[in-house]
Amino acid sequence: MKRNIFLIIIGIALAFWPLGGYQEGIIILTCINCIAAMGVSILTGFTGIFTLGHAAYMALGAYTTAILTVRYGVHYIPAIIAGGFMAVLIAWLIGIPTLKLTGDYYAIASIGLGEAIRLIIENWQSLTRGSRGFPGIDPYTTRFTAVIIFIMLAIFTFNMLESNIGRELKASRDDIIAASLLGFNTPRTRMKALLISAFYCGISGALLGGYMSFIQPSMFDMMKSTELTAIVVFGGLGSMSGTILGSAAITLIMEYFRDISQYRMLIYGVLLVVIMVFRPEGLMGSRELWDFLKFGGKKNNA
Amino acid sequence: MLELVNIDMAFGGVKALDHMSFKISDGSITGIIGPNGAGKTTIFNVITGVYSPTAGKIFLNGRDITPLKAYQINRLGIARTFQNLRLFTRSSVLENVMTAAQNHYINSYRENFLGSIQPAVKPDPKINYGFFDALLHLGRWRNSERTLKLNSLELLARVGLADRADQAAGTLPYGMQRRLEIARALALSPEILLLDEPAAGMNPEEVFELNNLITGIHKDFKLTILVIEHHMDLIMNICPHVICLNFGEKIAEGSGSEIQNNPEVLAAYLGTGEEEI
Repeated sequence: MKRNIFLIIIGIALAFWPLGGYQEGIIILTCINCIAAMGVSILTGFTGIFTLGHAAYMALGAYTTAILTVRYGVHYIPAIIAGGFMAVLIAWLIGIPTLKLTGDYYAIASIGLGEAIRLIIENWQSLTRGSRGFPGIDPYTTRFTAVIIFIMLAIFTFNMLESNIGRELKASRDDIIAASLLGFNTPRTRMKALLISAFYCGISGALLGGYMSFIQPSMFDMMKSTELTAIVVFGGLGSMSGTILGSAAITLIMEYFRDISQYRMLIYGVLLVVIMVFRPEGLMGSRELWDFLKFGGKKNNA
Repeated sequence: MLELVNIDMAFGGVKALDHMSFKISDGSITGIIGPNGAGKTTIFNVITGVYSPTAGKIFLNGRDITPLKAYQINRLGIARTFQNLRLFTRSSVLENVMTAAQNHYINSYRENFLGSIQPAVKPDPKINYGFFDALLHLGRWRNSERTLKLNSLELLARVGLADRADQAAGTLPYGMQRRLEIARALALSPEILLLDEPAAGMNPEEVFELNNLITGIHKDFKLTILVIEHHMDLIMNICPHVICLNFGEKIAEGSGSEIQNNPEVLAAYLGTGEEEI
C-alpha cells in the first residue's frame, strides 16, 4: 500500500512538474520504454523465459492503434487498449507451439518470430504502407497520458507480483519440475507470462506511435528487442524496480547524450559491460527497492 | 489406496523398474529401501507423473492415473519431497510454503480442469481471488492472502521453522531445508505424501526429530506416507511395512523384522558368498 502511494506521488511529480518541451519528451519516452521493459521483465526476469523478439509486440500495438485511429477514427484510449490486445492475441497464437521450448531454444525462436512479424508488417503494404512508414498519427501521447498509463501499469505489475500469479511465475522460473509437482500447470503459467508481457509491449508500442506521430517497421527491429532484454538484465532479473530504474537510466543517458550522436552507443555499451562485470546479478539483483530500505540490503542474499 | 500394477520404466536400454507391483493401503506408512540405483526415486517419479511408465498402470483409489500429467496427479492429492532439494531458493521460507498453499486453494478452486475428477480436498472458500483482485489488491485479495499467510505460518511452526519465515530458503541449513520441503508438501493438503530420503545429510539428533515429525504429521494430517530412506533405524522405527528393491525389481515386502532377516535382502546389501572372490 505504501509502495502504491509512493508510485502515485512519483506519477504526480512526473505529470505536473513544470518542465520544458524537450524534458517533457524525455519523460514520455522514459515512460514508454519502462512499460515495455516491465513487460519483458515479467517474462524474462520473473518467469525465466529469455526473449529477443518483443519489439514485434510493440510493433503490433503501434500499428493496430495507428490504423484504428487514423483510418477508422477510433478514440485513442480504446485504440491503445486494442493495440495491447492485438499483441496478446498474436502472442497467444505464437505461444502455443513455441512455449514448449525452454531456455536458449525459446530465445532463438523468438528472434525468428520477432523478425517475421516485422517483415509481415513491412510487406503488407495495403494495410501498413510498408517501409515508407505510417504517418499522420494524432499525437495523443501527451505527458499526462503516458505518465498515467505507466503508473497504472506499474501498480498493477507490483500488485500482481505480490499475489498468487507472481508466486506462480517465480515458482516456474526457479524450478519448473518442483512447480509442476506443486500442482502448477507450467505450460499454462508460461503462457500467462507471455500474454501479460505482450500486452505491456503492445501498450508501449501504441504510446510510442502516438508520441512520434509516425511509425515505421525499422523502429521495431531486433536492436529494439535486444535493448529491452538488455535493460531487464541490467536492472536485475527478478527485480521490477530494478527494471524500471535501469530502463529510466538508459533512456536518460541515450537522450541527454544525443549531441554526440553515434558515440552514445559507446556509453551504453560501456555501461552494460561495467554493470555485468561488477554486479553480474544486475543493478538490483532479485531485490526490490524497498527491500533495501527495510532490511539494509541484507535480505535474500542467496 | 495407491496401487502399482506391473510398472516397467526403461530409459533407453536401462530398465529402471521391472514389473513393479505393490499396493499401499490408506493411512499406512510404507518404507522403500534398496541399494543405490535400485529404482527407488524412479518409483516416486513414475507415481507423481514426472515420468510416464513404459508399461503398466497406476491406480489411485481405483482410478487410473497413469495418463495424467504431473500437476493433475498432484491435485488428486499426491505430494512429494525431493532427494536433491528443489526449493525456490531465492524466495523466502514463507513464500515457498505459500506458493504451494495458494495453489491448492486458489487454483483448484478456479480451474475445474479435470471435469469429473474432484480435487482431493475441498478448497477453502475463504481463500479465493481472481486476476483482477490481484491486480488491484482488493479486499478479497487482502483477506485471502492473510488467511494463506496464517495457514502457511502454522505449517512452518509445525515443522519448527516459524522463526525463519522471512529468511531466503537457500540460506537455511540443510536439515531445515528438508523440513521446509515437508512443510511445502503438507501445504498442498495431500492424502498421500512421498518422502524421498528425508533424513539424508542429517545428524542423529535431527533424524530423531524427523522421526517424531513424520509420525506426528501422519497422525495429525491423516496421511498415507511412502518414505525412501537409507537410515535403517528410521525405517524400522516408523514403517510397519517395508518394500525392498534391487535392480528395479521388488525383492521383498513385509514387516521390518521380516525384511531384516530375508536372505535376498541381505544378499542385495551385503552380496552373497558366491559372488565374493
